[in-house]
Amino acid sequence: MTATTHDDVQAVGRLEKPVRWAILAGSAIAAIALLAALGALNPLSVVIVGSLIYCTVLYVAARAVEGARHATDRLVTGVVTTAFLLAMVPLISVIWTIVSKGLDRLDVEFFTFSMRGVGSGDIGGAYHAIIGTILTTGIATLISVPIGLFAAIYLVEYGNKGVLARGLTFFVDVMTGIPSIVAGLFAIGFFTMMLGDVAYQAGIVGAVALSVLMIPTVVRSSEEMLRLVPNELREASYALGVSKWLTIAKVVLPTAIAGLATGITLAIARVMGETAPLLITMGASRAVNFNPFEGSMSALPLFAYSSYANPGTNKEDSLAAAWTAALVLMALVMILNIVARLISKFFAPKTGR
Amino acid sequence: MSKRIDVKNLDIYYSDFLAVKDVSVTIEPRSVTALIGPSGCGKSTFLRSLNRMHEVIPGARVEGEVIIDGENLYGKGIDPVMVRRKVGMVFQKPNPFPTMSIKENVLAGVKLNNKRIGRTDADELVETSLRGANLWNEVKDRLDKPGSSLSGGQQQRLCIARTIAVKPEVVLMDEPCSALDPISTLAVEDLIAELKENYTIVIVTHNMQQAARCSDRTGFFNIEGTGKPGQLVEFNDTQTIFNTPSEKATEDYISGRFG
Ligand SMILES: Nc1ncnc2c1ncn2[C@@H]1O[C@H](COP(=O)(O)OP(=O)(O)OP(=O)(O)O)[C@@H](O)[C@H]1O
Ligand SMILES: [Mg+2]
Repeated sequence: MTATTHDDVQAVGRLEKPVRWAILAGSAIAAIALLAALGALNPLSVVIVGSLIYCTVLYVAARAVEGARHATDRLVTGVVTTAFLLAMVPLISVIWTIVSKGLDRLDVEFFTFSMRGVGSGDIGGAYHAIIGTILTTGIATLISVPIGLFAAIYLVEYGNKGVLARGLTFFVDVMTGIPSIVAGLFAIGFFTMMLGDVAYQAGIVGAVALSVLMIPTVVRSSEEMLRLVPNELREASYALGVSKWLTIAKVVLPTAIAGLATGITLAIARVMGETAPLLITMGASRAVNFNPFEGSMSALPLFAYSSYANPGTNKEDSLAAAWTAALVLMALVMILNIVARLISKFFAPKTGR
Repeated sequence: MSKRIDVKNLDIYYSDFLAVKDVSVTIEPRSVTALIGPSGCGKSTFLRSLNRMHEVIPGARVEGEVIIDGENLYGKGIDPVMVRRKVGMVFQKPNPFPTMSIKENVLAGVKLNNKRIGRTDADELVETSLRGANLWNEVKDRLDKPGSSLSGGQQQRLCIARTIAVKPEVVLMDEPCSALDPISTLAVEDLIAELKENYTIVIVTHNMQQAARCSDRTGFFNIEGTGKPGQLVEFNDTQTIFNTPSEKATEDYISGRFG
């Protein structure tokens, strides 16, 4: 015991920040030089080789200057940071690819024209697809949020871990894992059964398919948020002679609202990019359709798919349009994330003096 | 506004576990009754059965009678929600509603029940309740600040204000000072002495001095062993309990020669 303390006190040497930065820069340069010589220069390999060199050099240097314990500490920090960087590489490269390729067609036409009557050599736009995405995800949200939220309320406030609650949890878990194409087939089957019309293709069918995918996520995230509300608040409310339902509506939900809103927005973002279930349920129209109950409809993922799969004669433009659709989709998801953050900031329980 | 409580042969269960056995006691109006006893002997359980908070826990139930004002709380057709408006409760941990301001916290009992209240009436109720809880002077300039921005002791007094704002007849307190510093504790004790003028008060405490200082009567709960039900061993004037208890267990517990 005393020996190690003594050791620590002795190890007065320290690798200052500038030195560490210098090691980092040196490792990066060495990695680039090495890889260039080998002809394998790309961001991923630079990150991997660079951090390998950096971790080794840093460890050796720290061991010499600061002692073994600090060296291990530095090594672990380096390894963890490398893992983080590796996780970031695909993310950033996806964003970079989409933005750089999608900017070409990010023009007024893209947002104002549909593909209606666009000949094989012409350009057209994704207006119809944007409308379709907004309508279908909007309807899916309208269906899923009440069902999902009430199911979560049941699980947390009324279920008491009974048979019904456990069954519900089980099925929600199963539903979280179903492939999205199955949701699409379910929606088709559901409408065929209800209407007796096998060929019914409309936005609503796609919306139902999306809600099948959305409900479990909403239930799960809402359930977690409701469980976070301290029981003391419920008891405080009961003790004031407030009924159970009013306690839920006016104490539990407002306390959890930030988390609920975040969970719901993320659920919307998740289904927004679904392709397969929409492809088989809505029939990918090329024209604008505001009526979700009649006629086929498009959506951004469908637009990206068809622009890529059936580019017509103007291949380049069509591909560019697919990338732009991806970019717009990503932007929508990002906006939803920001909205979720704003909502949770706005509603978060007030603290501070 | 204060009522006598008659408890008759009350057995309190958590599912099949008998937590408190056969309590019979009369709690006088306009008095402070302290409940003391070792941890796990069922003081909280008993207290919560006095305003039907006990049954909020899944599987929890009671057998026997609790009669307030001639009416059995556990009788047929009695709405627990109405019982809780008559018998208020202050918890061990201060629990102001985090989404509400100080003022809204005081008005919570009114607002949460969707009752309408005029502006002037509301302001008046807020002031009298906060004055009643000895908190008015400290918060009168920041009524719109969140309730969680107060110190622990202030929060606890806010919770007391919230409880008396619904004008109950009985106020139950479960270790209301256990999270508080000595100064806040004294403030709450002073408050209890004042509240006694208008309310019937039952307080659970682990602090002997506190029981001796602020209660008129004291009940000692004990438990024979783990898994056995808790029982009310002795109930008498506080003076008697602390000076000449009739049970050996009470004397041992009070003098610290316990277990
Ligand atoms: N929610 C519950 N479910 C099951 N048993 C419980 C529950 N709450 C309390 N009990 C049991 O009931 C008995 C009495 O508990 P209670 O909380 O009333 O004790 P207490 O006297 O208030 O103790 P303390 O002084 O530590 O607060 C204990 O044996 C406890 O394990
Ligand atoms: Mg207790």
